[in-house]
This record gives sequence, C-alpha cells and structure tokens, in this order.
Amino acid sequence: MGRFLAGRVLATIPVMGVVATIVFLLLRLAPGDPAAILAGDAASPEHIAEIRARLGLDQPILVQFAEWIGRLLHGDLGTSIISNQPVTTLIGQRLEPTLALATTTILFAVIVAVPLGVLSAWRHGTWIDRGVMTLSVLGFSIPVFVLGYLWIFAVAMQLQWLPVQGYVSFRQGFWPFLERLILPTLTLSVIYIALIARITRASVLEVLGEDYIRTAHAKGVGERAVLTHHALRNAAVPIVSVIGIGIALLISGVVITESVFNLPGLGRLTVDAVLARDYPVIQGVILLFSAAYILINLAVDVSYTIFDPRIRY
Amino acid sequence: MSAPAEPFIAHETAADLPDVRRARALWRNPGVVFGVAVLLIILLLAIGAAYLANVDPILLRPRFRLRAPSAIAWLGTDQFGRDVYSRVLFGARVSLFIGFAVATIAVVAGLIIGLVAGYLRLLDAILMRVMDGVMAIPNILLAIAMVTLSGAGILTVIVAIAIPEIPRVARLVRSVVLSVREEPYVEAAIGVGTPVPLIMWGHILPNTIAPLIVQGTYTCAAAILTEAILSFLGAGIPTEIPSWGNIMAEGRQSFQIAPWVILFPGFCVALTVLAVNVLGDGLRDMLDPRIARGMDNLR
Repeated sequence: MGRFLAGRVLATIPVMGVVATIVFLLLRLAPGDPAAILAGDAASPEHIAEIRARLGLDQPILVQFAEWIGRLLHGDLGTSIISNQPVTTLIGQRLEPTLALATTTILFAVIVAVPLGVLSAWRHGTWIDRGVMTLSVLGFSIPVFVLGYLWIFAVAMQLQWLPVQGYVSFRQGFWPFLERLILPTLTLSVIYIALIARITRASVLEVLGEDYIRTAHAKGVGERAVLTHHALRNAAVPIVSVIGIGIALLISGVVITESVFNLPGLGRLTVDAVLARDYPVIQGVILLFSAAYILINLAVDVSYTIFDPRIRY
Repeated sequence: MSAPAEPFIAHETAADLPDVRRARALWRNPGVVFGVAVLLIILLLAIGAAYLANVDPILLRPRFRLRAPSAIAWLGTDQFGRDVYSRVLFGARVSLFIGFAVATIAVVAGLIIGLVAGYLRLLDAILMRVMDGVMAIPNILLAIAMVTLSGAGILTVIVAIAIPEIPRVARLVRSVVLSVREEPYVEAAIGVGTPVPLIMWGHILPNTIAPLIVQGTYTCAAAILTEAILSFLGAGIPTEIPSWGNIMAEGRQSFQIAPWVILFPGFCVALTVLAVNVLGDGLRDMLDPRIARGMDNLR
C-alpha cells in the first residue's frame, strides 16, 4: 500500500511536468509575435517591447524555461500584465465562489445521478430507462451557457422565484449565499449528471448479471438491499472513477457558468483575462486547474482501495 | 490518472456482415436515421443560406434593434438590428464546417500518433505521457489560451479545438494496434517477412476504421459545442462572421429584454449536437459495441 501510494504520487510528476512544458511552449511557439498580439492592435513599439521583457521573451529559450520552472516550484505564477498584481493573489481573491459552485455541483450531481443510474439499470429496457438515457444524451448536447440562460429565462424572469445573477459570500448569510448558487448549480450539474448516470447504469447493469446477485435474491434479500448493498457497492469503482474524470468537464463548465451568472470566481477571472489578453493570468489559471484535475484523480485512484477491498496495491 | 485503455477484441458485429446487409442494418437503427435526417436538413439550410435568408446577415439596422420574433423578422433581431433568422442560417455553415474540420484533423493526427505509439515501444512512453499532459489541461482553457495567443481566426479556432481532442483518438488507435498485433494473422504476416508498412496498411489500419468513425462523430459533436462556447466567451471566431456562438455572444447584454437572440441559436446548437451524438451512438451500436461511451469519450 505504501509503495503503491508512493508510486502513484511520483507518477503525477511527469504529467505535471508535461503540463508545465505545454503551457510554457504555448506562448513561445505561438505564430507571429506573441508580445505584439498580447499588446493589442493599437500598441506602440515601446509597449510591445515592455511586454516582451516582462514575459522574458527576449532571453534564450532554455534560460526562459529554467527560470519558468524555478518560479513555478516556488509557487510564483508571475504578475498580471494589466493590474500588476501577482497572479496567485488574483487567484486567491477569486477562489471562494468557484469552490462553492464546484462543491454544490458535485454534491447535487452525485445525489441525483447515482439513484437515476441505479433505477435505470434496475428497470433496464423499460420507459424509465429509455427516459433517463434520452435525458442523458440531451444533457450532453445542450451548451452549458444556453442551459444557464434557459434557467434564468424560466425561473428568474418568468416565475421570479430566484435572483437572476450575482454572488453573496456565505459570511453574509447562508440563504442569500445558497439562493444565488441554485441556478448555477442546476446549470453546471446537468452534464455531470448525464455522465455519472450513464456510467452508473452501465456499471450496475453489468453487476446485476452476476451470480451473487441471484444468490442474494434467492436467499430472500429485499430488492432495495440487493441494489444498494450488493449491486451498487460492487459497481462503485467505475462510478467513482468517472466522478474524478468528469472534473475536467466541470472545470470547463465552471468558466462558462460563472460568466452567465456573473459569479466573481476563477472563471470570470479567466474570461476577463482573455478579453484583456492578460496571458500570465490565463496561464496561471490553466496550471491551477490542471493541477487540481491531476490531484483529484490521484485521490480517486487511491480511494479505489476503500470502495473495493479486493484492490490491494 | 489515465482511464484504462479498453481491450479491443475481434467480435461479430454489423461490421462483419456483407456490405449490402450492413447498409440495411444501419438504416434500421433509429439513432442513425434521426441523426442523418436532422444533419441533412441543417446541411441543406446551410448550403442554401444565401437564398433562404431574408436579409443580409451582417446588415446593421439601428432602427430595428431588439425586435421580438414577428412575421418580418422570424426569429427577432439583435442589439444592432441584424436579423437573427438570417444569421442563424449562415451560422450553420460555420458550425458544420468546424465540426467536420476538427473531426478530420483530430482523427488523422490521432491515427498517426496512435499508430506510431502502438508500434514503436521507444516512442510509446514519451508520446503517451505527452497525451496524458494534454488531457490534464481542461479543453476549453487550452483552446482559449491558443486563440488568445494566435489572434482570432477560423483556422486558429479549428486548430485550438482539434489539439485537445487528439489524445482521445491517439489512445483509441494505440489500444487497437496493441491488441491487433497479437492476433495470429498479424504474427503470421510478420513470420513470413511482410514489411512493417504493409502490415500497418493491410492488417492494422482496417481494424481502426470502425472505432475511428464512431470517435470522429463524437469529436465533431464536441467541436460544435466548443466553438459555440469559445465564441460566446469572446475567444472564438472573429465577431464579424455570424457563427452560432457569436450570435449568442451578441445577445448577452440584452438577454433580459431580448432572450430570443440567445435561445434560438442555442436551440440550433443543441439540436445539431444531439443529432451528431445520437448518430454516433447508433453507429457505435452497429459497428463496434465495445467502444463504451465511457471515460475516454467524455469531455
């Protein structure tokens, strides 16, 4: 177990290294003069030269790479071209809404999707199953922001049940905080629910064909107990694994959902940085999200041993 | 981190049937029929956009700003008075083209990388680590960074959407190569001294076609969605070209008074992507049930 853990943690290092290298090369291999593009159309030569110097683009590429990795290892993500603040500070200021939205979305999606998937597998081939699977394909096909605007249109504008946009920190009251997260959560969780429900269904369906399920039925275990204790427990590994892999989906979705609902999180930070061509910020957010994805999947891999005691590393 | 590559095992599917029966079997699949029908209609609308449009899609008419859908402007007008119906027709061209172009690039590049990785042990480890790294970067963010650095343009957007899709194809192809090269007929071919390129062409490549067609349709669906998202966020197609994402981006400020500017193109994106996804599911069921709509195909 200790050896597995160490090996698994070490295995994330090359992937993180590749991510850092790709992000580094993106700026250096961009066609044309990236400094000129980042400076904008109406930039003076001095401004372009300043940006080039700030990004270190005027130095030999190997020197740039060494300095870049060195700074990364010290937790330095550079400074914003626009606001001159350290990127880590900017990220720190925007972390709360994003974490709040991601947490409510993951919780809501798992609570809805796993029972749906189990139900679908249990009633395999019926209209319930077909309904759930149709909704799942639909969920994959609607762009996240269109869904967000649909919710705003129906719930906030027509019914006027919830506020349209904005964010209130939980320090200023729990209900106002939660109230403004309901629609974003409903928006962002749809694609995640579609994903988890589909995998849960496939995984439970496979397990339901096993001999021990028949044995459980034969010895008179109730339907619910068979589904939850025998089927779901044994189908857990692919489900947990897809929750981890789906984080990638969630990250892209966060960026979009935040701009639809005006949440001042990392997604808004990214979009604002794109519009202002503030590359150090974009780069910092990419590195942060990629690292989060890699670490969450590391945690998921390790958690297999809890969900399936047969897996011993 | 990587999802375990699915073993690829030869099996009886519609792919093994003679051509005529296979074609008939395809047409009995409701997903394939629905997908092809919807896509054909959208393709016809896109081709005929110039004849079907009521107004020039980029014509600014300040007097007709934010008009609700009516007999004159079927889907309403946007904040510059441009006709949403005409813009949606021309937008279909951009979306279909991008979906097709991205799928083609991703499949060709992924095929080459997958074949090399599956056949040359030396490069395999390196290539697959690079693919893992690309997959660890969220698609949209990678595309956003590339578009920001290269300036907006249709070609930039296509490349920016295609690159994050390549690893999925490469891993699929690699898993096919790894299992097919253990097949007795490939060993026999090696045994009688068939040159490597000929083995690739004659034995390995044909086995990748069915999974690639399925993966290609999923990639196409993802690309259409990603274009809409990128343009919507302001990091996509240049704003003067009416793409579905751009039309919706223009509707952001005025959504509460003119929701149609976002909802109609949004419906078109959803319908098109749904058609491609359902077509993909149908093709998969017919051609290759073993490619689960699993971990690797999701974004």
